[in-house]
This record gives sequence, structure tokens and C-alpha cells, in this order.
Amino acid sequence: MNHLSDLPPVAAIVIAVFVVLGSSLALLGSVGLLRLKSFYQRLHAPTLSYSYGTLLIIIGSMAMFSLLEERPVIHELIIGIFMLITTPISLLMLGRAALRRDRDAKLGHDEIVPPRVTPSEAPAQPLRDLSNYGEGRLDKGLLSSTKDQPESEP
Amino acid sequence: MSAQLILEYALSYAQIAMVLAIGLTSWRVLRGPRAQDRVLAIDTMYINAMLLFLLIGMGNGNVFFFEGALVIAVLGFVTTVCAAKFLMRGEVIE
Repeated sequence: MNHLSDLPPVAAIVIAVFVVLGSSLALLGSVGLLRLKSFYQRLHAPTLSYSYGTLLIIIGSMAMFSLLEERPVIHELIIGIFMLITTPISLLMLGRAALRRDRDAKLGHDEIVPPRVTPSEAPAQPLRDLSNYGEGRLDKGLLSSTKDQPESEP
Repeated sequence: MSAQLILEYALSYAQIAMVLAIGLTSWRVLRGPRAQDRVLAIDTMYINAMLLFLLIGMGNGNVFFFEGALVIAVLGFVTTVCAAKFLMRGEVIE
């Protein structure tokens, strides 16, 4: 008998569902980080663990400790608010750094990114073909089977 | 099958899943073709370790793992911002 036996059965099952969902989504985000092909696609995958994983596990932890100690335990909200603030900042800075590095001619263009356009020389053509942007040339994914697909060189 | 046993199995599954997630991100750190891939993978690894700490605290019934998780979250944010500044400018403090 441990501390888990003090929980009501319905609350224990609800907490189990929250924990399993949160950890599965975090694992899915890490699998996406490994599988996606280019950096700009990979930037999207771990946000599953940033948002859904953190939120669901925090809700489960808050419910569990509130029921165990029979008082509201809400200090896990600090982690939630902190993640809510810091995740956009860090990912935005990382994305801008990657875009700057990809535009730098000295470092070599590893991925196809849109060129830098100043407002004075805005393009006369309003729509550019964005279908090839974000496809990496170096990394074709680790687990995905891209060998059978022909190399589409722009 | 009592509800307590279900919760124990759920917590064990969640901890194993987070360890697997840390393993996958460390694979991306070792392999990542460029520096920004490694930085992104290290950031994800920090967050997964934070979630693992929260889950271990839930499994032990110990509130004090929460503070470790908070420290890991703060350190992960600072690490990522410094690494992104270094990748962008070539120096951290200008």
C-alpha cells in the first residue's frame, strides 16, 4: 500500500488517462523530430511536447496532489505559465537564426528559403511559388523511406 | 483490477515513454546535419526531462521533484536562447 491507494478510484482512472495521453503526445513529438525531413518542418514537431504534454501532465499532477493533500496544490501552474511564455521566444529566435544561416552565402545554402526582400524593391509579381520551400537537400529523414522517390532537384 | 493498479501501470508507461523520447532526441543531437538541429533537439530533451521529473514525482508522491523540474525548465530556456543568439550573431553578449 502506498500513497496511490488514498486516491478515489474514479480520480485515479482520470489521472491515468491524462498522464498516458500527455506522455504519448510527447513521445509522438520526439518521433516527429526524428522523422521529418527539413529543419523548418522539424521545428513544428516538438511543440506537441511543449504544449500538450506539459499541459496534460501538469493537470494530472495538480489533481493528484490536490486530492492527496486535501488542499488545492496549484504550484505546477508556474511551469505551465513559464512554458507558455518561453516556448515562442526560444523557437522564434531559433527559427530566425536558422533562416539567417541559410541565407548566408558563406555558409552555403542548405535549404531552399525565400530571399530577403527590402520594401523598396518589393517584387512586381505578387505571388511566388512556395511549393519547394522548406525541403532540405542534405537530410532526407532517418526512418522514412525516401529512397524510392526520385530526387526532385529544383 | 483496481484503479490504483491502473494508475501505477499508467505512470510506469508514461515514464518509459519519456525515457524513449529522450533517447530519440539524443539520436537527433548526435546525428543532426546542422547546428540548429542539434540546438532544437537539446531544447526538446530538456522539456522531456522536465516532464520525466514531474512523472517521477507523481510516482513517488513527492512534491519536491517539482522544483527540480522548474530548474530544468529555466535552464533549458536560457540554453536555447543563448545558443540561438550565438548561431545568429556569432557572439552571445554584444
